[in-house]
Amino acid sequence: MKGVSTIHRMGGGLLLLVILLTPFIMLWLGKPFWLDIFTRLVILAIAASSLSLLLSVAGLASFGHAAYIGLGAYAVGIPVYYETYGGAPWLASYSGWWHLLLGVSVCALFALVTGAISLRTKGVHFIMITMAFSQMILYLLVGLEEFGGDDGLSVDLRSDFSLPDLSLPSAESFGFPSLNLPSLNLPPVNLPPVSLPPVSLEEPWVFYLVCFALLLLVLFIVSKVKHSHFGRVLQAARQNEQRVRALGINPYRYRLLVFVVAGVFAGLSGFLFANYAYFVSPSMVEWTRSGELMFMVILGGVSSLLGPVVGASVFVLLEHFLSRLTVFWHLPFGLLLLMVVLFGRGGIIGMLKRDSQQ
Amino acid sequence: MDWVLVLTQALNGLQLGILLFLLSAGLTLTFGIMDLINLAHASFFMLGAFVCAWATLYFDSFLIGIVCAVLGTALLAFVVEKSVISHLYVRDHLDQLLATFGLILIADTGVHLIWGPAGLAIPLPEPLQGQVRMGELVVPAYRLLIIGVGLFIAASLYWLVNKTRAGMLIRAGASNRQMLSTLGINVQLLFTSVFILGAVLAGLGGLLIAPITEASIGMGNDIIITAFVVIIIGGIGSIKGAFVAALLIGFIDTFGRAFLDSIFALFMSVDAAETAAPAVSAILVYLLMALVLVWRPQGLFPPKLR
Amino acid sequence: MKTNFLISAAIASCAAMPILATAADLKIGFVTTLTTGGAVIGNDMRDAVNLAVEQLDSTMGGKSFEIIFEDDGFKPEIGKQATEKLVKEDNVDIVAGYIWSNVLMASYKSVTRANKIIISANAGPSAIAGKLCHENFFSTSWQNDQTPMAMGELLNARGVESLYMMAPNYAAGKDMVSGVERTFKGEFVGKDLTKWGADAQLDFSAELAKAKASGADGLAVFYPGKAGGAFIKQYQQAGLSDVLPLYTIFTVDSLSLPKLQEAKMDGILGSEMSMFWGPDLDNPSNQQFVEAFKEKYDRYPSHYAAQSYDAINLIASAANALDGDFSDTEKLREALMKAEFDSVRGDFEFGNNHMPIQNFYARKVVADDNGDWTTSITKTVFESHQDVYAADCKL
Repeated sequence: MKGVSTIHRMGGGLLLLVILLTPFIMLWLGKPFWLDIFTRLVILAIAASSLSLLLSVAGLASFGHAAYIGLGAYAVGIPVYYETYGGAPWLASYSGWWHLLLGVSVCALFALVTGAISLRTKGVHFIMITMAFSQMILYLLVGLEEFGGDDGLSVDLRSDFSLPDLSLPSAESFGFPSLNLPSLNLPPVNLPPVSLPPVSLEEPWVFYLVCFALLLLVLFIVSKVKHSHFGRVLQAARQNEQRVRALGINPYRYRLLVFVVAGVFAGLSGFLFANYAYFVSPSMVEWTRSGELMFMVILGGVSSLLGPVVGASVFVLLEHFLSRLTVFWHLPFGLLLLMVVLFGRGGIIGMLKRDSQQ
Repeated sequence: MDWVLVLTQALNGLQLGILLFLLSAGLTLTFGIMDLINLAHASFFMLGAFVCAWATLYFDSFLIGIVCAVLGTALLAFVVEKSVISHLYVRDHLDQLLATFGLILIADTGVHLIWGPAGLAIPLPEPLQGQVRMGELVVPAYRLLIIGVGLFIAASLYWLVNKTRAGMLIRAGASNRQMLSTLGINVQLLFTSVFILGAVLAGLGGLLIAPITEASIGMGNDIIITAFVVIIIGGIGSIKGAFVAALLIGFIDTFGRAFLDSIFALFMSVDAAETAAPAVSAILVYLLMALVLVWRPQGLFPPKLR
Repeated sequence: MKTNFLISAAIASCAAMPILATAADLKIGFVTTLTTGGAVIGNDMRDAVNLAVEQLDSTMGGKSFEIIFEDDGFKPEIGKQATEKLVKEDNVDIVAGYIWSNVLMASYKSVTRANKIIISANAGPSAIAGKLCHENFFSTSWQNDQTPMAMGELLNARGVESLYMMAPNYAAGKDMVSGVERTFKGEFVGKDLTKWGADAQLDFSAELAKAKASGADGLAVFYPGKAGGAFIKQYQQAGLSDVLPLYTIFTVDSLSLPKLQEAKMDGILGSEMSMFWGPDLDNPSNQQFVEAFKEKYDRYPSHYAAQSYDAINLIASAANALDGDFSDTEKLREALMKAEFDSVRGDFEFGNNHMPIQNFYARKVVADDNGDWTTSITKTVFESHQDVYAADCKL
């Protein structure tokens, strides 16, 4: 990667390695709860990375990003609910493939429509309109009685990723009458059933590895986007829109695309969240959640690739430890938020970078 | 059509609108003049209510309670402006949002630590506990007071902004901040004053509504988002815009809540209507804001920029 | 790189932080609301639990025990996380508490999956009493529908023929309305479900105006928390206390009465509510409980406190039967099912779905001998009432 020294990359690799290994070490030490904490950390890191993509590359401060997390989560919750309790057969399914497909499609569509409208505005207006759309999703989910409304919805099982049996269907199964042709005496063709090895997402350590792998994938894609022509156009437009337009490029389309991509990634984290918690609720979409995501991005450092990972880690761990010290942990938390914004230019990574340069 | 009901709802809409105005006026001023998004405005709303409640109970007088609340809020606003807010003027809106979000967390926890989780009730003096009868219409006396006080404050604000020198500075600041400092005006003083004024207005809103509801933790956090919607629709920096938009939203929200289920019931089942109506009436306000942002992003009455 | 190294080190060291080993033999987790406005209830429950612990001298069945309190922050996800922590990290033997139905529904599987016992000291959603009942679940409170059903019966007894009802628009609110509908024999002249959630509606003037205009001879409401206080103030300020009698469900209790008294809301005096318990319920166990609570905390206990107190004593009775050995879940279940303890409600019996079968009473708001506002039982509305969902439970 241009401009990033080998030492930086080693540091990033080390961080990811630590995140990967710590819960397993703790598991071995007889403390299984840390797997839960780190799973949540990784899922939030994915969401924060998607927001960071919007913010650092395109300069778009979306305060409604939590909406996508909610949509991706309910794309799991609703099909599982119908499959368990009956109803809406076209929607019902335990299959993770279906959940992902549904989630990605809904998020992409929502991002496309709201992005098309929101991207006509800028600055604080953009912030407010993205928040407005997120509030609409919140109230929509609250209004959906069938799925618990305000109380949320339990997800009984995690998404099922085993492949279906593959065997050629016979003509009869399609409803055609069997033809009495002179027999050619061909043996029936039956492929052996294919399925993934019998490990499911219900196993916490499997689930963690899946989440971690997806984090790596998202980081990889974000990095590729940043350094592609597409990414460079966006960054140029962020810094000097006039110039980009003068070159005959309309940044609107680029922004819309990155807005959709970021929305889909956030939806992915929503899918993971629903599986992690076995639970979805409208409160996932509250504006304070979008604020927390923003906080993670800023805390970690907007311009660095691993910034959101750092931000999510600090956020989750701080929340965990502070809440055990006192019930009033929001106070030091708020103070920290204040301090970081006031004094921490470039977030934690930025602060430490400056130190190392002196 | 039950006209008494409609009139009652109209008064309620007016009251909500006035409350929103008190909250939005300060917000639009700080946003328009200092380009500051201040979420912690919600905390001044809450603190005005708590200080008033505490003082009313301690001194056994609602009047003293109000005075204490106004003074207390002003003092606190001064401290917060000097220590935190003044550093935020030069920062971008996102930083301001996050920093003031941190302030809300601190304020909410602080109130919990000082006054406990239960909240405080404000006992009203006897004369204000009764009702006023106007023909068939019976209105709680206190609500008329809120409307009266609110309109008085709105009028005073109008006079301040349009007929005094200070107001001229405020309007000038909303139009063109740079010019102001080049003209030798003490911008720092202006900013601090405007911030304190806004905070006091918010505190007044809080203490006016608390006797009806309660002084409770985080009571401003939900209404602040609506206040932002008001100033976006009204036009950032415009008091007149805030007033019109606040009343508009007050009426839409109230009438939506009151009559939407009946309207829906005309073409869907009663159960469906009762479920859909609250959700739709909640979305209505945001829909309006989204529309304004797309078709007239500067708002209904933007201050004239020079 | 230095950054990332430091962060990695920080994470690693955090994870390695030693967790203080607890000395108690038995550990009971208690999930309740200790922050946000809901903490009023959570604090009351915690106080009752602490009173029980003190009276038991931190010992049950010959073994020492401790309570580990966790905060659900009024949110299902946080409650679920807290539950997971209790089960996986603190390795508690039993999890109790849960004020809110949504928190309970989100969390209970974390306990049952680990084959541990969960005891609800308040929440009573229909699912867990019926279709989703679980052998590891017990309740020392009630099922959500029962209290409003008792209200319906009370309304009949008081001769109310036309009713206007108001409740917040969420699951529990709707359950209250449907609960009253089950037993009320008169006519509903109006039903208002008001906006709930983060931006809850606290201004009821519109609905109150409609209620008055409807000409109903009773107004029944369910407004928990701060909405309750707001509602009552507005009810009074609208001058309705002389015109439209008020009946409340989970709106007025020992937690809200002191504030209402301070705010001089006289209109509430004399209004009635339905509840399975009252501070003046006449049995030795309850008298002792209320006196001890008043002495320790200088206020009346609420029903939340009573339920929590019963929960701890229920567990203690099982511990005594098993000599403090909770390792066999099957035996623990049996011991709990017997419920051989002195409940504040007198006799205590579990139904097949492990929900209590109990009486319900009408309670009236009165001033006690010291002039403090409290509630007093006026009538028994139901005797040995079992919830309607027990039939759906396969246990």
